[in-house]
Amino acid sequence: MKRAIFFIPLAMFTLFVGIASYQLTQPKDDAVPSRMVGKPLPVFELPAGRANGVPVTNADFTDGKPRLLNIWATWCLPCIAEAPQLEALKEAGVPIVGLAIRDTPEDIAQFLETHGDPYTGLAIDQRSMVQLGIGSSGVPETFVIDGKGIIRHQHIGDIRERDIPILLQELEDARR
Amino acid sequence: MIRYLAFLAALLIAISSSAVPLSAQETSLANVQLSDPVQEAKAKELMESLRCLTCQSQSIADSDAEMAEDMRHLVRTRVQAGESSDEIRNWLVERYGDYVSYSPDVIGPNWPLYAIPGLLLLVGIALFLRRLRGRS
Repeated sequence: MKRAIFFIPLAMFTLFVGIASYQLTQPKDDAVPSRMVGKPLPVFELPAGRANGVPVTNADFTDGKPRLLNIWATWCLPCIAEAPQLEALKEAGVPIVGLAIRDTPEDIAQFLETHGDPYTGLAIDQRSMVQLGIGSSGVPETFVIDGKGIIRHQHIGDIRERDIPILLQELEDARR
Repeated sequence: MIRYLAFLAALLIAISSSAVPLSAQETSLANVQLSDPVQEAKAKELMESLRCLTCQSQSIADSDAEMAEDMRHLVRTRVQAGESSDEIRNWLVERYGDYVSYSPDVIGPNWPLYAIPGLLLLVGIALFLRRLRGRS
C-alpha cells in the first residue's frame, strides 16, 4: 500500500502527457465568435458602396424582414469563393446587405461585374467601425439579422454549399 | 457637489457617445499620435494590452494588419473623446470576449490558474517541514 504512493507522480505525469498530446492532434480553432449574437445592431450609417447607391443604416434592418449581413471585401480571396453561394442565396429570395471593408466604389464595381452582384444593399465600412461594433473579426463573415435588427446568427468564414441549408434555417428561425 | 457635477458630466459623455452613429470616415488615427501627450500615453498603454484579432498573438500596437490599424483608430478616437481605458476595453470585451484583452480578469473563470500554484507551494512547504522535523 505504501508503495502505491510512489506511482502517483508517474500517473500524474502520464495523464498530463496524454492530455497534451491529445490536444496537439486537434485542429487549431482560430475563430473568435462574436458575443453580439442575440443583441441589436449598433447605430450606424455607412456610405453607399455603388456609384448610384444609397447609404446603409441600422434602421434598414428593422422593417420586419430577416436579412443576411455579409462582411466582405474586394481584396479578400475567400470572398471570391463565396460569391456563387451568395448568388444561390439571392436566387432563394434572401435579401443580402453587403458591407465592404476598407474598399472603394471602383474596386467594388469591378468585383461585382466579375463575380456577380447578390446584394440588395451595399455600403463601405472604411474603418471597420461596424465590423468591430458587431464583434466580427475577419472577412468574410455573414450574420443573420432578424426583422427587428437583432443579430441572430454568425457564420465565420466563406459560405460553402453545405452552409446554405443552415443559413436558410437560421433565416426561417429569425422570422419567429 | 463637485462629485455630483463630475458624475453628471460623465453621464452626459456616456449618453452622447452612445448616440453617435458609427460611421467615422475621417482620416485614420491608426498611425497618427494624438496631440495631447497624456491621451496618447493612455491610448498607447491600452493598445499594447489589446489583442489583434486577425494576427492573434500580437497586440494591436505591434501589428501591421489592417484590422489592427482600425482597432488603433478606434482606441485613439475613443480616448480623444474622453472615454476611460476601462470603458474602451469593456466595449471590446463585450463584443469579442476576454480573448481580445491581454489583461484578463483574475477573478472569474481563471481563478484556479492563480490559486493552484500558491496551493502547491504551501503543500511543498508543509512536506518539507515534516521531513525536517522527522530528521531531528
